[in-house]
Amino acid sequence: MIKVEGLTKRYARTVAVDNVSFEVQKGQIVGFLGRNGAGKTTTMRVLTCFLPPTEGTANVAGFDVQKQSMEVKKRIGYLPETPPLYPEMEVHEYLKFVARIKGIPKAEIQKRVDDVMKKTDITDVRMKLISKLSKGYRQRVGLAQAIMHNPEVLILDEPTAGLDPQQILETRNLIKGLAGDHTIILSTHILPEVEQICQHVMIIARGKLVATDTMENLTHPAGVEMVNVEVTPRSGSGADPALAQGVQQSLEKVAGVSRVNHKDTLDGRLIFTVEGLHGRQIRPDIARAVVEAGWNLQELHAVGSRLEEIFLRLTTAVEHSDEVAKAEVKEPAAAEPAVEVTDAPAGESK
Amino acid sequence: MNTFTICRKELSGYFRSPIAYGVMAFFALIAGYFFYVAVLIFVRRGFESQMMGQSFPMDMNEWIIRPVFSNISVVGLFLIPMITMRLFAEEKRSGTIELLTTSPLFDLEIILGKWLAALILYAAMLGLSLISMLVLFAYGSPDWKPLMVGYLGLLLQGGALLAIGTFISTCTKNQIVAGVAGFAICLLLWVLSWVSEFETSNLASVISYLSVLSHFESFSKGVIDSKDLIFYLSAIFVGLFLTARSLETLRWRA
Repeated sequence: MIKVEGLTKRYARTVAVDNVSFEVQKGQIVGFLGRNGAGKTTTMRVLTCFLPPTEGTANVAGFDVQKQSMEVKKRIGYLPETPPLYPEMEVHEYLKFVARIKGIPKAEIQKRVDDVMKKTDITDVRMKLISKLSKGYRQRVGLAQAIMHNPEVLILDEPTAGLDPQQILETRNLIKGLAGDHTIILSTHILPEVEQICQHVMIIARGKLVATDTMENLTHPAGVEMVNVEVTPRSGSGADPALAQGVQQSLEKVAGVSRVNHKDTLDGRLIFTVEGLHGRQIRPDIARAVVEAGWNLQELHAVGSRLEEIFLRLTTAVEHSDEVAKAEVKEPAAAEPAVEVTDAPAGESK
Repeated sequence: MNTFTICRKELSGYFRSPIAYGVMAFFALIAGYFFYVAVLIFVRRGFESQMMGQSFPMDMNEWIIRPVFSNISVVGLFLIPMITMRLFAEEKRSGTIELLTTSPLFDLEIILGKWLAALILYAAMLGLSLISMLVLFAYGSPDWKPLMVGYLGLLLQGGALLAIGTFISTCTKNQIVAGVAGFAICLLLWVLSWVSEFETSNLASVISYLSVLSHFESFSKGVIDSKDLIFYLSAIFVGLFLTARSLETLRWRA
């Protein structure tokens, strides 16, 4: 549905997006992650034909964003970071205006407007001035605007920013509900949000795409099982460090376990994370080992490594490598004075 | 069709903000005062000519309508920047320009829609002066054809300045900057004609030819001079063309 190849966007002094390529299949919800200023918004703006790319191509629904921008615009719905609203208009009026400029036939406008108002749950504010709306409602009016012409592709730039928890939940459900008919790219820096609604994740750092994969593959590295184990001693003897050590050692002895980490002790419960060897199912063996040693097994479940950790690891890796690159550039400059210093005594000795 | 949609949106925007009312009230006041003064002078001349016992040709078109038109055309210079300043600057500031440029609209539709809305507001403003003109028809019999030509001239002059103002509005995110810059340009285009009063060189005549006001002369007399008509039409074209280019570069700079 969306195909981006070698996309680069340069501004006068900075490179906002650097040689990014990715593909998004029809019906997917893709989470676009990155720190502030990583190039998310720029990439989205290129996809929506707001900005032309400096290099590379972007294809939306089979049309090139530069050569066939009119066709792309007809098939794309866009919610920018700040919803593009006219404060002096009433909600229904604004949506009618949007319907008209999105090219919806006159006879269908009213029905379509009612439809999207119902979908985004803003029917109760339809007669209100947009300037009088709360942030949450504005965001939803913005979303209503984006889905007005039932676009094949939806691009949402931080759709839940500034909403209260209840609204965030509703917006997420709304977005989930839109999947299937629509292909959705949404940017955010709320990571749990991505875990909840996206099947695919793209992580961008300093304009470079550092990861693009399914949620499953990213958080569960292939074939390695991570297990969370919680045990308590049989009698209420309390948890002392020696006991914790004992448990850890016996867990380490279980076949197929590669690493055991004592994470925490809470109310006498000892919590461990256990990492298995590649391709091994370790949960049954751990359960047996715990029971045989005479402890109570309180909890045992497989966990993925958290998206936060992956995100931080990937983005800081890029930033670190950037610093290394900079340091390397500096090195020859630093070497020059050194040459002079060695030359000077040589000259003197002659 | 899309042009019409944009135009409607802009017009409703004008009439929901104080701009339209402010501009029209100010214009009604000034134009009314000029009309009053012109009529006063006309009546006084009438008395004087009777006292002297000689009869002047008392021509309303020449003695009332023409000076009023000249004054209105100058007043327009001051009001036009106020009409055009928000057109694009406001959209750029609030980010709604992203909605327009990512919707299936051609740039030309956006620009024409906005310019047309500004022109309609300007025409509505001129319409207020028509009320005083109609008083003349109640008490005298001025020729209506020069009157219509005068209004055509005002619309053309306004259209040209509005197009230039629209262009200026695309250059900044700040309405006030757009307004002040527009005002400066309008003023410049007015005073250009003064050059020819001091100098008679070729350069001076070229410069004074660029003045928007000097081309209104013939219209205020009720004459449609093709030279002046073409000047205004080409000024409108240049203004809108620059707007289109500026809107295009917005995408490269943004």
